[in-house]
Amino acid sequence: MIELSVQTTLKGKHGAFSLDINLKSSASRLVLFGPSGSGKTLTLQMLAGLVHPRQGRIVVDDTVFFDSSKGINIPARSRRVGYVFQDYALFPHMTVWQNLAFALHQKEKHFPVVGSAFRVLFPARLTEEQQESIELILELLEITHLAGRRPSQISGGQKQRVALARALLISPRLLLLDEPFAALDPLLRIRMRKEIDKILQNCGVPLVMITHDPEDVDAFAEDLAVYADGHILAMEHDFCSRSLFAQDSLSYLSDILSRGGQADRPFGFDDV
Amino acid sequence: MELSLFGQQLSLFPIYLSLKVAGLSTLASLILGTLTARLLARRRSVCAAVIDSLCTMPMVLPPTVLGYYLILLLGQKGLVGSVLKEVGFQFMFSWQGAVVAATVVVFPLIYKSAKTALEQVDPNVEKAARTLGASEISVFFSISLPLAARGILSGSMLAFARGMGEFGATLMLAGNIPGKTQTLALAIYDAFQAGNDALATCLVLLTSGICAVILITADYLLGGSR
Repeated sequence: MIELSVQTTLKGKHGAFSLDINLKSSASRLVLFGPSGSGKTLTLQMLAGLVHPRQGRIVVDDTVFFDSSKGINIPARSRRVGYVFQDYALFPHMTVWQNLAFALHQKEKHFPVVGSAFRVLFPARLTEEQQESIELILELLEITHLAGRRPSQISGGQKQRVALARALLISPRLLLLDEPFAALDPLLRIRMRKEIDKILQNCGVPLVMITHDPEDVDAFAEDLAVYADGHILAMEHDFCSRSLFAQDSLSYLSDILSRGGQADRPFGFDDV
Repeated sequence: MELSLFGQQLSLFPIYLSLKVAGLSTLASLILGTLTARLLARRRSVCAAVIDSLCTMPMVLPPTVLGYYLILLLGQKGLVGSVLKEVGFQFMFSWQGAVVAATVVVFPLIYKSAKTALEQVDPNVEKAARTLGASEISVFFSISLPLAARGILSGSMLAFARGMGEFGATLMLAGNIPGKTQTLALAIYDAFQAGNDALATCLVLLTSGICAVILITADYLLGGSR
């Protein structure tokens, strides 16, 4: 379950951007839909602890990640939130295997500075159990043959699998996907959509996904939040079952965005 | 130790001292400069801007000005120097003083290139490491530093070459004592002043050769590492 209520203001080159989000979802798959620059990625980064809101409260399952009134702010490293970045953010100087091993190494206790520098030169050896879990995830994502390659030597779809594998290795309590299919070519997009759907069903990790592609909404959204300009225009619970009635989610979504949330709603859409 | 070059008898000491001073000052600046760069990278506050320009100052100030500041700080009556004198150590007129002077001079070269290199590391890659449970120290040593290593190393090579040629600040703080604080650059000045043009020419060619070798090696190492 995700409960998020945050307010923040960012100052950029083109003036200030203010974000004011109230979001509550107990679905296993939540999709954040909206145009670029509407605050979706910011929301995701706040969930992961990479950006801190000015004020608000973030709760995932029964853990309070952030609460400005009580001064709670769990650092990103302790949140156990798997994050798959839009550009995958693989470590370019490490092989696929090392990328995955990195996620497991961090579970060890933290060394002081000297120890940390030492570990870089002489990485701790993985236990057999850890090696097995890497091999298992490589198999699950069908990338075993890539283990020795560097990120620059593999394709976009392969990078995505590696990024997903890496995020799953920390046994996350929540998985965040930022525009997972935007960078893929159309055919691969359709295939990866199916595959990721299947993998996620296997893992059973709750998912929050960002997209501006209505087809992703159709494929993944149990709950749907429509973003525009730092606000949530509409929040739709149990979207997947209702979209049976409101067949055309594309026209619904474009409608809602063009009229600033005042769209004539098909059956079942509530205001937030 | 003496070396014969073009019929000139050269003492090897200035070469040895120059290499030692350049090496140690590069090492010191490498550590200090990289850490400072890490602290100031991607900061956009007024305070950070002030510290940044202070760190860059040695690059634009005349070496004599730096030398003067160092004397004020480390001299016998200086802020730190007077305390050190109590324990029987001083930077004035010692090779350690030459190292300090060279460190201050080459610091901006490493700091600047380290800062640029660290800022060019993809922020998402660092963020990804954090979400995987990495502490800030671990992110720095296993992600940021290896990815910025090329830039930092090329800065260090420049710093080493610059340290080899350091003259002004070293002369002010460490003086020009043959066999003790006389580096290559100072030996050349000495020989020229004494009218020993042949010796000066020899030393000039030698210095040019050493610096050229350093730069070519650096270029080769940095170009061939990927």
